[in-house]
Amino acid sequence: MSTAITANHGVVAHGGAHDHEHHDDGSKTLLGFWIYLMSDCLIFSGLFATFAALGHATAGGPSGKELFDLKYVFGETMLLLISSFTFGLAMLNMHAGQRNKVIAWLFVTFLFGAGFVGMEIHEFHNLIVFEHAGPDRSAFLSAYFGLVGTHGLHVTCGLIWLLAMMHMVGKFGLNDTVQRRLSCLSLFWHFLDLVWICVFSFVYLMGVL
Amino acid sequence: MGQHGHSVAHKHNAHGSLKTYVVGFALSLILTVLSFACVMSGAVPQHLVMPGIVVFCIAQLLVQLAFFLHMSVAPGQRDNLSIGVFTLLIIAIIVVGSLWVMHNMNLYMMHPVTQSMSSSIG
Repeated sequence: MSTAITANHGVVAHGGAHDHEHHDDGSKTLLGFWIYLMSDCLIFSGLFATFAALGHATAGGPSGKELFDLKYVFGETMLLLISSFTFGLAMLNMHAGQRNKVIAWLFVTFLFGAGFVGMEIHEFHNLIVFEHAGPDRSAFLSAYFGLVGTHGLHVTCGLIWLLAMMHMVGKFGLNDTVQRRLSCLSLFWHFLDLVWICVFSFVYLMGVL
Repeated sequence: MGQHGHSVAHKHNAHGSLKTYVVGFALSLILTVLSFACVMSGAVPQHLVMPGIVVFCIAQLLVQLAFFLHMSVAPGQRDNLSIGVFTLLIIAIIVVGSLWVMHNMNLYMMHPVTQSMSSSIG
């Protein structure tokens, strides 16, 4: 009986070790990247807490109800959501080994992401120049620009990373290193979509109530 | 064909399939539309708007975690999940703690100041 257990255990251990060996490099990097994302989560939670504490401190200036245009925000949300989906399609093609399709879907993702950043810059420009509601107007607006601006900067970094990965896939093909980096970028991109869900729910939708 | 077999074998690991992405995308779309409709349509009773936003937000976070980030209780994902749950605890402490402290401060210390500030500006 004991030999059976040992043998069984041996098989399981061997299978696990083999599987581990095969994915070793990638899984450890992904775990590390996941820990980075969680620490990024803490940055955002600090910014969300700040916004929640200062959201009503308008100092006599305009409130969210007067400033936010929900149709515009809905447009931004759609762009980011679609870009998340197209990145998923790029990852599926990566696992299927379709190099050109990966580049094509990454490019589509880039376009939607760039559209999102463009809309956000336009929104900020409108607020600062035409509404005279820049970050120095009130504590509410400082917190708003701090939170939404940090998310926008993350997306911009993601766009630069996307360009780099398109170049790498084109130059080196889908080797292990490229696949690992694409997996990290995929986590990053989906994570930014998660943060945006909280932004539009707690900043925009609750801001106009 | 070999490539195809490879992708099928890994489908249940951490990669997802076209189906999971399409289902996740469709659910996210529906939940986004619902949360915006909650506020924009005006058809939702006033006292239900706020809980509605929170519920749809949490639902969509869970949908995207499951379908896009492939979080699950599968052995390969358990490390990610436990780190994620721990982070959630820290976030809860930061956010709830900050709000609690700031609320009490406004209640007991800031009241006369905010009144005089708003009257001087207004």
